Amino acid sequence: MGELKLMKGNEALAEAAIRAGADAYFGYPITPQSEVIEYLMAEKPWERTGMVVLQAESEVAAINMVYGAAGAGKRVMTSSSSPGVSLKQEGLSYIAGSELPCVYANVVRGGPGLGTIQPSQADYFQSTKGGGHGDYRQIVLAPASVQEMSDFVKLGFELAFKYRIAVLILSDGVIGQMMEKVELFDPIPRMTDDEIVEKYPWATTGKKKGTARRIITSLDLDSHKMEEHNHHLQAKYKTISENEVRYELFDCDDAEYIFVAYGSSARIAQKSVQLARAKGIKAGLFRLISLYPFPGKEMAALCKKGVKGWLAVEMSAGQMVEDVMLSVKGCAKVAHYGRYGGIVHSPEEVLHAMEEKIIGE
Amino acid sequence: MATVTLQEIIKPENLVYKKTDLMTDKALSYCPGCGHGTAHRITMEVLEELGMEENTIGVAPVGCSVLAYEFMNIDMTQAAHGRAPAVATGIKRVWPNKIVFTYQGDGDLAAIGTAETIHACNRGEKIVIIFVNNGIYGMTGGQMAPTTLPGMKSSTSPYGREVEMMGNPLKMTELVAQLPGTYFVSRQAVHTPTAVRRAKKAIRKAFENQRDNKPGLSFVEIVSNCNSGWKMTPTDANKWMEDNMFPFYPLGDIKMDGQLLK
Repeated sequence: MGELKLMKGNEALAEAAIRAGADAYFGYPITPQSEVIEYLMAEKPWERTGMVVLQAESEVAAINMVYGAAGAGKRVMTSSSSPGVSLKQEGLSYIAGSELPCVYANVVRGGPGLGTIQPSQADYFQSTKGGGHGDYRQIVLAPASVQEMSDFVKLGFELAFKYRIAVLILSDGVIGQMMEKVELFDPIPRMTDDEIVEKYPWATTGKKKGTARRIITSLDLDSHKMEEHNHHLQAKYKTISENEVRYELFDCDDAEYIFVAYGSSARIAQKSVQLARAKGIKAGLFRLISLYPFPGKEMAALCKKGVKGWLAVEMSAGQMVEDVMLSVKGCAKVAHYGRYGGIVHSPEEVLHAMEEKIIGE
Repeated sequence: MATVTLQEIIKPENLVYKKTDLMTDKALSYCPGCGHGTAHRITMEVLEELGMEENTIGVAPVGCSVLAYEFMNIDMTQAAHGRAPAVATGIKRVWPNKIVFTYQGDGDLAAIGTAETIHACNRGEKIVIIFVNNGIYGMTGGQMAPTTLPGMKSSTSPYGREVEMMGNPLKMTELVAQLPGTYFVSRQAVHTPTAVRRAKKAIRKAFENQRDNKPGLSFVEIVSNCNSGWKMTPTDANKWMEDNMFPFYPLGDIKMDGQLLK
């Protein structure tokens, strides 16, 4: 068993970065995720593992530091919260175009604009539908516990390097700020410079005489080549969508009414399932772990087993619900419920919404 | 006297000059008479002469020199507009023993990338910045730059830069020289053989500083013409540059070994 600790979600994320063998973290403070860089600066990982930590002048600079270091083959990470993540979108689009591996976290707060510092899940569209310019995708993992804030950093780096893609840990102010017991995974040693040079021949690590130079770029002025590059990217996303779907089911075997949720809303909806069962309603929970790729096929298959209705529970005005509708395609009723703008719904409110919008209809 | 054939002349012992191997054979995308080609060449010659080929990572900007990676025969990363100093910071921090440099134009470095430039300089990142200032946005067709001179015409200041409305040109090089993080700051040109020799000397000094792990960033501005953007012939553009750009952007070393020169 790994080391047990009582930690905040943001601290678990930071500790996991050190343990995952990250080479660098570049970040900029923003509530509610400033504990990430505070923890790292206090922990001095440069003494523990040689990991670099730098407070950048902006979120824009931080993601571009990630771009540079990732292009040079290193394991790099950043994190921010909604307004800061909006600033990173340019860099993320370049990272997608140049096919660079990195992990970043968004500890989501209410918006739009400067919004509020309270929890929200209103960045679903930005996270799963592109965010920056151009046709691209990124893997999105949604932790529902402090444990997963830690575990998904390790998983995130594995996936990032497997596919040369950005992996987003889409958290929220609840998961980032709350304290829970976490079992920390055993530290993975950082790769040596020689290992990086050998393992990542695409990385800009200095061109050996007589060998071809490496270029990290997202530019090609020849549109035909750019179309080919886009085909390549789409093929990669297809592979990811076939192999990296992650979700979890609670009480779905005989369920007629299913809550669909991720992150802190999934924790709340799990309680709503218990309340529903106590009232004799056959309810279940479909918890999304990967938001991209979206477990649409699995949802459709489950729907055919006699599900009468789905309630998408998210702290937004209704974003994920669109993907649920696309997935079940009229097989059963679909509705949305969620408080938003920084307000967290209660399990009772969620159950009431199921009764009113789905069962009562 | 026997006739000497061309084949007899082309042999290693007669070689007096050759293009550095660190420039590719790809035809430059720059307009004839533009300073970028010379600035590229002397930068690559310095890297070759200092034996840095295998240890260097360059960062290309957005602007006319966006395709610098097509011409510089080393490992290169192409950065988003203005972000090159942040990208270079990321690389240098995780590969502290590598030589890292950015090559940027005036729009990239002194407008959209002002924050990244100032902060990389102020943190004293141990990188080299080569800043080509031609007072105009060449790539997009001759719009006003942060360094466009008062009264100077461009496609977005067609009647001349009116300072009251459009603001003053920014002397970025003097500005970064004031920051404690810069170790060496110099302004040069590449329009005459003398100027090229001086510019190359400054670029060599900048890379030597990084090689020797000197405390701070080395920054070399090259004032260049943009004859097509300025709508002049290359020779007229060089003359105009001497008469108008150099008085506003005087050439010479500004900071040496961390000390501002009087």
